[in-house]
Amino acid sequence: MQYLLPSLRLWLVTFLVCVIGYSAMVLGFAQAVVPFQANGSIIEADGRAVGSQLIAQDFTSPRYFWPRPSAVDYDGMGAGGSNKSPTSPELTERAQAIIARHSATGDNPIPADLVAASGGGLDPHISLAGALYQADRIAAARGIAASEVRRLIEAQAVSAAGPFAPERIVNVLELNLALDQLAQ
Amino acid sequence: MLASILTIVLIVGGTVLLSWPLGKYMAALFSGRFARADQLFATATGGTQEQNWKQYSFALIAFNVVMFGFVFTLLATQHLLPLNPDSQGAASLDLVFNTAASFTTNTNLQHYSGESTWSYLAQLGGLMWLQFVSAATGIAALAALARGIGGQASMGNFFLDVQRAAFCVLLPLALLLASAIALAGVPMTLEGAASVTTLEGATQTIARGPAAAFVAIKQLGTNGGGFFGPNSTHPLENPSFWSNLAEMVSLIIIPMACVWMFGRIINRPKHAAVIFGVMAALLAIKLAAAVTFESAPTMAFTELPVQQDVGNLEGKELRLGAITGPLWAVLTTATSNGSVGAMHDSLNPLTGLVPMAGMWLNETFGGLGVGMINMFLYVALAAFVAGMMVGRTPEYLGHRIEGREMRLVVLALIAHPLLILGGTALFAATPWGLDTLGNTGAHGFSEILYEFSSAAANNGSGFEGLGDNTPAWNIATGLVMLIARFLPIIVPLAIVGSLMAKRRSAESAGTLSVEGPTFGVMLFIVILIFGALTFFPAAALGPIAEHVTLMR
Repeated sequence: MQYLLPSLRLWLVTFLVCVIGYSAMVLGFAQAVVPFQANGSIIEADGRAVGSQLIAQDFTSPRYFWPRPSAVDYDGMGAGGSNKSPTSPELTERAQAIIARHSATGDNPIPADLVAASGGGLDPHISLAGALYQADRIAAARGIAASEVRRLIEAQAVSAAGPFAPERIVNVLELNLALDQLAQ
Repeated sequence: MLASILTIVLIVGGTVLLSWPLGKYMAALFSGRFARADQLFATATGGTQEQNWKQYSFALIAFNVVMFGFVFTLLATQHLLPLNPDSQGAASLDLVFNTAASFTTNTNLQHYSGESTWSYLAQLGGLMWLQFVSAATGIAALAALARGIGGQASMGNFFLDVQRAAFCVLLPLALLLASAIALAGVPMTLEGAASVTTLEGATQTIARGPAAAFVAIKQLGTNGGGFFGPNSTHPLENPSFWSNLAEMVSLIIIPMACVWMFGRIINRPKHAAVIFGVMAALLAIKLAAAVTFESAPTMAFTELPVQQDVGNLEGKELRLGAITGPLWAVLTTATSNGSVGAMHDSLNPLTGLVPMAGMWLNETFGGLGVGMINMFLYVALAAFVAGMMVGRTPEYLGHRIEGREMRLVVLALIAHPLLILGGTALFAATPWGLDTLGNTGAHGFSEILYEFSSAAANNGSGFEGLGDNTPAWNIATGLVMLIARFLPIIVPLAIVGSLMAKRRSAESAGTLSVEGPTFGVMLFIVILIFGALTFFPAAALGPIAEHVTLMR
């Protein structure tokens, strides 16, 4: 009993400070300084919300860049990875289906990120190589020059952190939005 | 590869440097240097009476019962309460039990996905609150232990210590980190999920919420429970390389600072440096192993027309850089954090062994406070063995270690493998475990072994292929977490209480110095022999068997 009352008082004071006070301060800061990011980085095009800059969405049309595979079918309410061992035959089968869709061959092997699912199943990026790999298909589907598509990719590709992570990556949704802009 | 090594050295080395002033500050804080803050805290909980080890333990348990009871109630009734914009329904009681136990014990094992299970009130008012106070409980316990070893007459006051840890250590750092990751793009909103129409005309619903506040204390408090299901692989929980950097540094900084704090409170900073050195050596070995193993490509793709020059990408996020998978896996299991930056189930088999080894040893910096407490058990064991080898009465800092203390040390040390191996054996032999596997064969065994290791180490990461939201898993791991949390806190306090009751002898030239490299090597060997011999057979059945039979 002599420990219960101080425990309850400790509950009250930590709850007031660490839950209510802390949450309110972070909420106020984020909403005031970075409202776009604080609300999920939702991108609008032509006045309607088309997706989040940070969340992959499914693309199946040959006119668009395709994202990395998703173990949860790009479900924004139920993210997750495949959780398969890298030795699992199920990963081989999944990769074979994707390889067929991209018409990859031994002479023209597909970049690994396009057949490997991400941790959250919502990775918004593909590698620069993974984007360039799709340039010819998109150029043919849209009836534009492949060089034009490659120029667009190069303009959008960024390295995640300069010298610390030199590999360049491309945001699929932003790239596809830029493709649509090109058409207009 | 060079960029990767450079990045690791900068991140880990930079954090080591930052941990020194933080440890100094924490030692001052727990030595009562901030009298005005202490006065305020004393008013809040009613007094600062000095406690012996029994009183301190009772206070700790009483508050933890309040923690568990409050959050159990909140989680069980969330569907009746406000702040539930996505209309989350009632959760099963076994899941509520497991989750309340998991967050009370600083484990944060999650048998659910946050975005589809809990309301914002449950996440903030229940789970995030526990992330603060369970971490503070661990730091408080370490402060008490250090006071006893350092020769002070009492262990301090638990209620005062928790407030010092929560308000003066965790809160300011959490505010800093939450602001930083909010700038990097982690959402912080009370709005429910966003509905969008994709470029191809489909509807996508995107979960969001008050994640920035939650993620910050998740990282700092060695909690590790994510706001979203896949933790820090989720782009909204970890949107960029820079948020990743901040999250990795904050994952390990306070556990490192705890070692310095311990050294200062017992007034033996050189002894702390030896312990820190042993922990850092273990960390370096694990990092080298994980980075090497994970650079092997995904075995499932080797026969296919796939460019495999980038290592294993399954379960990894491109924006976080190639190094994040192995680095995060090692850091999160060296400490008892348990957040993930890549999916551990999809790591190469031998890479997956490294985080398991981290949880088996469980003191490479370890959980907030409790990591250093675990290390104290090994230090006592090493001092005992060393004393026996030279034929002297074993001593640690002038405290004579005798039969009673050693029995308690062994009890606390044996409990860990007993819970892991016993639980694994039970679930590997029954449908409780076998019916829930996400992979077959040796990898399936690894999933069970990992789950019990994670629960017993109060880590909370998982081989997530396991379908673990079943009554059997929820109850078994819930009990393991509770035993594995409180036994290794209370028993060391009892050991120190027993040491405090004895007269301290002066250290002479014949006493083994705990401040030199000889003791460091001794400690290192004791840890390796104890850890390696206990767990090697289980490792051979899981990850090693998978590697030998399937990797070519």
